[in-house]
Amino acid sequence: MPPKSDLPQGTLDLLILKIAALGPVHGYAIAQRLQQVSRDVVQVPQGSLYPALHRLENRGLLAADWKETETGREAKFYRLTRQGRAQLESEAASWQRLAQAVGLILRLSAGGAE
Amino acid sequence: MTWWHRLFRRARLEEQLEKELRFHLEEHAADLVARGVSPEEARRQARLALGGPEQVKEGCRDARGTRWLEDLWRDVRYALRTLRQKPGFTAVTLATLALGIGATTIMFTVVDSVLLKPLPFPAPDRLVAVDGHLDNSRYTQQYLAYPDFLDCRRASRSLDLAGWVYNSATLSEPGEAEYEDQFEISHNLFSVLGVRLFQGRAFLPAEDQPGGTPVAILGYSLWQRHFAGDPAAVGGTLVLDGKRYTIVGIAPAGLELDGEAGVYTPLGQDTAPYLQKRFAHPVRGVGRLASGATLARAQAEIASLGRALAELHPDSNKGRNLRALPLRPDVEDVRSTLWLLLGAVTLVLLIACANVASLMLARAVSRERELAMRMALGAGRFRLVRQCLTESAVLGLGGGALGVALAAAGLRRFLAFWPGDLPRTGEVRLDWRVLAFALAVSLVSGLLFGLAPAWRVPARALEQTLRAGARGVAGDPRRLHGGFVVAEIALAVVLLVSAGTLGRALLRLSALDPGVNVHSVLVSRMAISPAVLPYPARIRAAWDDIIERARRVPGVESVAVVDTVPMREGNNENGYWTTAAVPPENQQPVALSTCATPDYLEVMGIPLRAGRFFTDHDRMDSRPVIVIDNVMARSAFHGQDAIGRQLWIPEMGDGPFLVVGVVGHVRYWGLAGDDRSKVRAQFYYPFAQVPDGWLRRWSQLMSIAVRTTVPPLGVVQPLRHELRGAANDQVLYAVRTLEQLAAASLGRQRFLLFLFGVFAALSLLLAAIGIYGVLAYLTGLRVPEFGVRMALGATGRDVLRLVFRESLGMIAAGVIAGASAALAASRILQKSVEGIEATGPATFVLMIAILVAAALAATFVPARRASRTDPMRALRHT
Repeated sequence: MPPKSDLPQGTLDLLILKIAALGPVHGYAIAQRLQQVSRDVVQVPQGSLYPALHRLENRGLLAADWKETETGREAKFYRLTRQGRAQLESEAASWQRLAQAVGLILRLSAGGAE
Repeated sequence: MTWWHRLFRRARLEEQLEKELRFHLEEHAADLVARGVSPEEARRQARLALGGPEQVKEGCRDARGTRWLEDLWRDVRYALRTLRQKPGFTAVTLATLALGIGATTIMFTVVDSVLLKPLPFPAPDRLVAVDGHLDNSRYTQQYLAYPDFLDCRRASRSLDLAGWVYNSATLSEPGEAEYEDQFEISHNLFSVLGVRLFQGRAFLPAEDQPGGTPVAILGYSLWQRHFAGDPAAVGGTLVLDGKRYTIVGIAPAGLELDGEAGVYTPLGQDTAPYLQKRFAHPVRGVGRLASGATLARAQAEIASLGRALAELHPDSNKGRNLRALPLRPDVEDVRSTLWLLLGAVTLVLLIACANVASLMLARAVSRERELAMRMALGAGRFRLVRQCLTESAVLGLGGGALGVALAAAGLRRFLAFWPGDLPRTGEVRLDWRVLAFALAVSLVSGLLFGLAPAWRVPARALEQTLRAGARGVAGDPRRLHGGFVVAEIALAVVLLVSAGTLGRALLRLSALDPGVNVHSVLVSRMAISPAVLPYPARIRAAWDDIIERARRVPGVESVAVVDTVPMREGNNENGYWTTAAVPPENQQPVALSTCATPDYLEVMGIPLRAGRFFTDHDRMDSRPVIVIDNVMARSAFHGQDAIGRQLWIPEMGDGPFLVVGVVGHVRYWGLAGDDRSKVRAQFYYPFAQVPDGWLRRWSQLMSIAVRTTVPPLGVVQPLRHELRGAANDQVLYAVRTLEQLAAASLGRQRFLLFLFGVFAALSLLLAAIGIYGVLAYLTGLRVPEFGVRMALGATGRDVLRLVFRESLGMIAAGVIAGASAALAASRILQKSVEGIEATGPATFVLMIAILVAAALAATFVPARRASRTDPMRALRHT
């Protein structure tokens, strides 16, 4: 198994916003989804998940309500605010631009080697 | 959710956080159990995956953004708790700070109210003063002639112009006769200033004209004093200089123009000849800028009006420029004194801060181990620095609050203590500006004395500190402690040397010969009966009668009438020349002129050096004579015999004056001021030779001086009674002994000396406490070392020497650092206080010796304690 790399700075917020964009979700579910999505590629430190959630809530990008889960337990559900959606879109776009640019550079240098 | 919510619903947030994390753990564990892990193992794995719950919680709390406020609150409570645990330390610190901040706050309040604040009128920046400026005269600044004032008021578009004339009059009815300041004002003065009357109404335009109904407005103080604050005074009448006025209003309390007026009357009603001429300039102009007008426009307009008047009336107005200037309070006299005192109290405050800092530092060093422990447990360095600063801020604010209370209690007392009149006293009060100042001073002080201890929060070598415990004293804290002591001593040197310089000067000045015999002389202003004023012959007879009657009073030895009195406010200056070819005014030498009756020399005890003084034979019909003092004899006649020479004094008439006598110089400007005053030459001329035309004006300004065989204040009542006129007039006012005047002429110096003395004593005490505290602390830390030394054969005397050497090092450094600053301070004193000479070496050495003695005395106790160290015990405790 290849060593897992750390999550790049700032990406955790983006991933949380993306997951919350699919509908109200509680912290544990977010943690699980992160794990599924990222599989064994990146390490998602669960310990920094909750501070990040609270920070996003305080910045008004997420809103939270206490609701019952399917199993009848009470949990804190996070959902995306309008502001959060805007933030998600702009960050996702800039992330894609960056990824493209990096990919381009990598291909370029590969071509130069030929 | 607002931050307010976050802060105050903290308990609920904490509970929710707990619940959220618990949900996470249980869900995770349940999932694991579903996958076949045992419940025990599942819980363990879930906890591992999440990380330490406390760390996660801390992270979430940080994310709230109100963390700093919560921490602040916790730090404040922690600080209060630790301060309560050390009541002695807390009390000393608070008292020191309260004294320093209280004194500084009082001085700032006075400086702010008197020097910094604008005048207490609405929109004070729209007010201007209008006066005249002369090209070619000694009197470069003059007020306005009444006709010029009226012309300006009529013509000006940019200014609403008002004017007033300072006068005085006998108030003979109702009640006991008094001599009062009477301000004659244009009807619009109150509206221009924007002042509302306390009661009644202002003057009407119709009353501000010749033949207008005689009406008067009372000053608030006179109304309180003379009319017992009776509201029915409005509508009643009063008699001023024999003329009856109806009272129409009462001015508001604290309204000061040039001091507070007793009575206001309409200026336009006064038909005195000097008000009709363009040659006399008694009117002070004050204007308010019309809406939309700028100061520059008003200035240009007033200047062009001045030029127009100069063209229309060249004989009176040539060379006379009118100008408009922003209206400012006249506080030049007290400016330097106030700044000096604010500077001195700031030094005291700095010493207090240094003192508190060294106390705090001593505590911080002993807490070093606690701090290191907390850092080892994960506290951030910044966090600990903040906590230390919070503690000193709490102390600073506590001291500040006490200081403000002290200032509030002491402010009036301080003002009452001020020598002479402090302008704008009525406006001096604690207000939000002062509170803001006190708050800032408290916080800055807190920062000043808190920074050094906070700095000591260990940044490195944690385990070393922990291992060494409280015993390890590196050279570092000692240098810091020594630094505070050095600073305290340096500041104390400045204050002590300043006080010494002032004391030395006061001693020297008090020993000076004033040129008059100040013992057993009473001088008083005298208002002659207004009824005789229109008739020159009756005025002369009235004064002769007054002298005659005063002589009859038991205990009176001799009597003179004089216009100006040495060392009292008020003087006359005239230019003179020794030939008939008199140059223009601004090139003439100037002398102080005094108008007196023949016995004046005897009453004052002024020595006659040559020739004679006046006699009853010097009259209107005899040759005009003059007596000069030896300073003038030297400057006018270059030391040649002055008797029989002639002087031309253009302002006193065309003819030459014959010099008949030379008398000793009198320190007219006071003991302190005379040596450096611009005009020192003096001459005297006989009251009997004052021309008829001037007699009325002169008689309004005369004083009576008597030499007594009994204590002079004892003759005041009999004299008052004897001189009282038939119409309840002829009032004595401003009664003083010559001794009082001589003492008052040093009032400023004595006042400064007293306060600097108090500050210096305070700084000496604080510095001694500082040295004591620091040495007690440092020697306490060195007890094991002393133990070793003594075990190895050092005697108690050796240890004593060791401690004294350390103390002497700090003292010497402080004295050296303070000496140059003290020299600079004494130079400032020299510049701003009359009669102060450069600090002599004797003063310097004496004051420093006092300081060193006090410092060594403070060293003695800890040094002796150290010398009695029991080596066995000291070593066992190591």
